[in-house]
Amino acid sequence: MSKSKRFSILSIIVLLVSLTLILTKGFNLGVDFAGGTLIQVKYEGDAPIEKIRKAISVDQSYESASVTRFGSDDEVIIRTKTASSKLGEDVGKKMNALLQNTGTFEVRRVDMIGAKVGSELREKGLMAMVIAIIGILLYVSFRFEWRFAIASVLALVHDVTIAMGMIVLFNVEVNLDILAALLTILGYSLNDTIIVFDRIREGIRTIKNPDLSDIIDESVTRTLSRTTLTSLTTFFVVLTLFIFGGEIIHGFAFTLLVGVIVGTYSSIFVASPILMWLGFSVSGYREKEAVKLKREKEKEKMRAMYENGTL
Amino acid sequence: MKTLNFRVVLFAFALIFGVVFSIPSLTQSEQGKKIILGLDLQGGLHMLLGIKSEVAIESRIKSMAATVKYVFDDEEIIFDDLRMNEDGKITFELLDSDDVVKAKEILQKEIEGTTLSENGLKFTLEMTPEEKIRTEKNAIDQAVDTIRNRLNEFGLAEPTVAKQGTDKILVEVPGIKTQEDKQRLKKLIERAAHLQLMAVDEERNARVSTMSAAEAKSFGNVILTDVNTPEKYLLRAIPVLDGSMLTDAKVGFDESNQPVINFTLNGQGAKIFGDFTGQYVGKRMAVVLDSKVYSAPNINERIGGGRVQISGRFTFAEAQDLAIALRSGALLAPVIIESERFIGPSLGADSIQASSLALMLGFVLVVLFMVLYYGMAGVIANVALVGNLFLILAVMSLVGATLTLPGMAGIVLTVGMAVDANVIINERIRELLHQGKSIGKAIEDGYNNAFTAIFDANVTTLIAAVVLVVYGTGAIKGFAITMGIGIVASMLTAIVGTHGIYQWILPRIDKKKMVFWFGIKKEEAK
Repeated sequence: MSKSKRFSILSIIVLLVSLTLILTKGFNLGVDFAGGTLIQVKYEGDAPIEKIRKAISVDQSYESASVTRFGSDDEVIIRTKTASSKLGEDVGKKMNALLQNTGTFEVRRVDMIGAKVGSELREKGLMAMVIAIIGILLYVSFRFEWRFAIASVLALVHDVTIAMGMIVLFNVEVNLDILAALLTILGYSLNDTIIVFDRIREGIRTIKNPDLSDIIDESVTRTLSRTTLTSLTTFFVVLTLFIFGGEIIHGFAFTLLVGVIVGTYSSIFVASPILMWLGFSVSGYREKEAVKLKREKEKEKMRAMYENGTL
Repeated sequence: MKTLNFRVVLFAFALIFGVVFSIPSLTQSEQGKKIILGLDLQGGLHMLLGIKSEVAIESRIKSMAATVKYVFDDEEIIFDDLRMNEDGKITFELLDSDDVVKAKEILQKEIEGTTLSENGLKFTLEMTPEEKIRTEKNAIDQAVDTIRNRLNEFGLAEPTVAKQGTDKILVEVPGIKTQEDKQRLKKLIERAAHLQLMAVDEERNARVSTMSAAEAKSFGNVILTDVNTPEKYLLRAIPVLDGSMLTDAKVGFDESNQPVINFTLNGQGAKIFGDFTGQYVGKRMAVVLDSKVYSAPNINERIGGGRVQISGRFTFAEAQDLAIALRSGALLAPVIIESERFIGPSLGADSIQASSLALMLGFVLVVLFMVLYYGMAGVIANVALVGNLFLILAVMSLVGATLTLPGMAGIVLTVGMAVDANVIINERIRELLHQGKSIGKAIEDGYNNAFTAIFDANVTTLIAAVVLVVYGTGAIKGFAITMGIGIVASMLTAIVGTHGIYQWILPRIDKKKMVFWFGIKKEEAK
């Protein structure tokens, strides 16, 4: 546990950096959350970005549009902040007309999100995060003890914050799928933490030494292979998603990748120290368990007596 | 001798079940339930529509006013100055105080959801708040039905039109390939198809070009333009009839072989039309569609058959679309787009390719790793993994779940997460063997001890999946459902399944060959 100070400091530094990034640079909100129009166009050969920009700026609504490469050189994304609510206007058709002389191209995707829907999705997204965290808190309290629950949730918040920091750092566009990735991280990175906690719980019952830090040390060491291996298998698959899964889920895979790495790290080096820090007392826990056991035995006795007719 | 136990039997059933019900989707055969591909994989259009409900209310008020006029005329109650004013109230004046009681009775009978206030012989009819809410709700429900009818007639595969929440309409049309089709579809949906038959105010029509809208209103009229020419008409604001009395609309051809639309009115509509034309001989009536005058023929005689024709120099395609729109009913309120997502077919195909590649590579990596690190135990885990994948596909096909691009990613994730259970169990077994326990005991204890940890871990991931299903939309929901099914299936295959297999082949396991069976390195084993 002496090393834990070093890791705690590392965690705090990375956390602070992430928070600073989030609060200053801010998220690159995609159309799902900010509203607006997004058009994906694929060219035969390299996409002529300057030509495209000129061609669309003819139309007033695309004057301040951004044109960026998407994955490969032949595909671009055109993005504006406005979205038209009129059914009669078709953005795809408009684009076909505006880009007529820029080359051979195909409009592959059009997303148009009105401001109302954008803000609704933002709200829903936040709600989802909060409810997931509460759900997890309740479940872990129920299965372990409230201190475990708080420790695990704090570790999760640590993971998600760092993941969000990375998202800001690498300018990943935040859409609904990124939110899904974050929620998945919430659920998944808890897995490792629970494996360690489960071992600690067992250790508390069986190891004679009531010093929590020793119990934790031993449990973490014994589960080290387990924790790293399960994360390794998940890391493999997320890596293939990241490299081969295509540009559309690239951001999603990236978020998951960061989540798996940070999640493993936090399960080993963050969750347990927090447990200690929260004042978890081994003897207190053992006493409570003993009381619980006694009550169970009494209930059994009563039931047996009832069945035998002596009650 | 291999011992059959319920676990391995259960696993065998699950495996067979999985393979059998995956076959339709994998071979794309006609029979059997196939998995439904999401719009982001097969291409198509997804829209969230809203309606401008103020217009629905306005329409309803107009319709009420038309009813007032008709029933008063019918009962021979003399009234004056029937008009709709700015705040949506209908006012009129009765000329004979003897009529008051009768008028009140009739109004109560014929028009619901209004309150009537009187000031001497001047009356005001106003919509109640409840009626307003009811009208808005009806407008959305009716919009859903109307749009569904229109899309069904459009002839595309299985469009979905459904109400979302209280005020939005979800429209999903898979398989739209071109921008032209997309625009045609949107125009079809957008078309109000609000048909009205209105009387021309012949006394004042000559002055129409110099009259202002306000002045027209003061006479109880409204100025509308022709659909093809700039000609203006002064029309009585309260319509004679509207499209709700239409029973059919068909495309036909007139003498010069131009497409026209012939429509038929229902019983009440035919009667009203007959009465009106009987009274209006020598004057003109205007056929107005979506506030544009299509024609304004002279009424030569009373028309009793309830058949009307409109011509407007349409192309055949326009006439067809218009007929569809008229047949499906009018949209009482204009429809607006809240959000729209269109995925072209080539992008859909590319997405399937990319995610399938990732799935295969990920699967191969995991399988290799398990065999190399855990030996035979890894092979058993891989068998369970294959069963898991088939189960996911089978369950999704049977349940009719939609596979989206994030859903594919969810399957890839499941591959990584499903083996986690086996890693935990195998590590535990290795530890117990290390401690010197017998194989049978090591396996049983391994499964027992590891189970709680795996169960808790899976439940927490399931919590995240459930939250995503509840709060997620479209593609994300697909991801959560796929992941949820994957986790539950993995508990069946990775835990129960592999446990069963071990119990089945237990007598065969040779303690001397630990490296082969569990991948334990020689130096570790005692």
